[in-house]
Amino acid sequence: MSVLILTDGSDASRQALTLARRFGDPVHAVHMDAVAPFAPDSLAAILQQVADELNAAAVFAAGTDRGNEVMARLAARAGLPLAANCVAVTPGAPAALTRLRWGGSLLEEARLHSPRPLITVAPHTVSIEEGPEPIDVDVARFVEELDERDLLVRASDHVAPQDGGVSLTTAKVIVSGGRGVGSKEGFAIIEELAGLLGAAVGCSRAVTSAGWRPHSDQVGQTGTKVAPEVYIACGISGATQHMAGLKGAKRILAINSDPQAPLMLNADYTVTGDLKEVVPAITAEIRKRT
Amino acid sequence: MRISACIKRVPITGGRILLTEDARAINTQHLGFTMSPHEECGVEEAVRLIEANKGDSVVLTLGPREAVEQLRDAMALGVDRGIHLQTDGREWDGEATATALVDAIRADEADHGRFDIIFFGNESADSGGFQVGIRVAYALGRACVTGLKKVTLQGASVRCEQEVEAGRDVYVVPLPAVLTVKEGLNLPRYPSVPGRMRARSKPVSVVTPIRPDPRLELVSLAVPAGQGRRAESLGSGAAAAPAVVELLRKAGVL
Repeated sequence: MSVLILTDGSDASRQALTLARRFGDPVHAVHMDAVAPFAPDSLAAILQQVADELNAAAVFAAGTDRGNEVMARLAARAGLPLAANCVAVTPGAPAALTRLRWGGSLLEEARLHSPRPLITVAPHTVSIEEGPEPIDVDVARFVEELDERDLLVRASDHVAPQDGGVSLTTAKVIVSGGRGVGSKEGFAIIEELAGLLGAAVGCSRAVTSAGWRPHSDQVGQTGTKVAPEVYIACGISGATQHMAGLKGAKRILAINSDPQAPLMLNADYTVTGDLKEVVPAITAEIRKRT
Repeated sequence: MRISACIKRVPITGGRILLTEDARAINTQHLGFTMSPHEECGVEEAVRLIEANKGDSVVLTLGPREAVEQLRDAMALGVDRGIHLQTDGREWDGEATATALVDAIRADEADHGRFDIIFFGNESADSGGFQVGIRVAYALGRACVTGLKKVTLQGASVRCEQEVEAGRDVYVVPLPAVLTVKEGLNLPRYPSVPGRMRARSKPVSVVTPIRPDPRLELVSLAVPAGQGRRAESLGSGAAAAPAVVELLRKAGVL
């Protein structure tokens, strides 16, 4: 039986492909850019028709924003359940799966009772296995027949990202501050160290909720997920909300006056002490050596 | 204009998640509760739109008896009234949640007129299904735009900015619409004491939908094994600075 995948060619899509192969053979692929500019209802309409024609055993996509969005639209129009952000799946009736909750802070074992499992695969959670490449579906025929209603929601313009600062998502180093920084002005020492390291400035949710930093600086489950070489957490307690954004960080250095703070227990390196003394001392030490 | 916001009661998990003995839920014995962060921004946006354009606002939730606390929180921010889809506390999957919400929304609209906008969070903090808003939109036959960081009314349409990898994509869709939003859309106000007082006497209607067997059925939960991090102390206070700089050098970032 064949399987259908929505792909954008990324590693996340190849991870989804790895799990999709367990549900059948061959795997057919519809590309995320089949309709340009992006129109999610159109993609869902195409996936539904292709899945019906192929009698696909299952439909897969990466658990990215767009993957989850299009698959939820497919689920809604097909009247099927959707399991988002899975990390393991076993075909069967019902299908058995493991999926992420709380941005990855919890794992859920679940059963998916569905004649056609719709599954998205959480990025960076599955090792890519080599195997037969998917067969591209010729979508031209489906695109031509798209209903006007499925083109109503369509990206019509793009706004470029603001300012030229170091981006959190690509930064090699992030210096991040939490409630312990104490105030908006308190971030001056964080910014100074970040500037010296060519690092991005990050913060916790407590900081954005207090209005000390813009939400675009927030690292965590409802902020940005980061993957730096070094993450320096200053005065951040380390709630699960924050830790969910740090899963990709190679090394975590925590600076906190409370040695029992969750982040101090989940870090690779710790400095116990008041960040208002420690951070300027690090800045001074770097200046001294260069 | 009429605006509604749909929210979900979730525990404030803090630093370490503990599970119940049967491993089917979080042990919330010592935890507080809140609405999911994205949804808080949906509520704030609903209140701002009604402040600017007049009309009425409604907050809906599906959850246990105690979820009325989160309805009151939303009303303390300025929402006019609440609809509580009361459950026995068991898990509802996204599909069943959406179906129950659609029934409640249709019933409210039959009496009071159509909602111009229904706000949802892009995904809930706990189960993270990424689907309830989209399912509701589909059932109601309305346009749905997801993951929004900015919402601007333009006459009978709404302009939406969706967060994407490099910047934002813009969508303009006609009202009525269903919009799923992300934290950062706005900075929710802190509820005032008079706001909290007023919220106590705002009306909450209760319905008790029947829970169908979930097609995405939770079997058990587990806390993932740690990433093998074992903290190495670099010292205390300012005296640790040389060791930190050495670490940065070794990591190749200095």
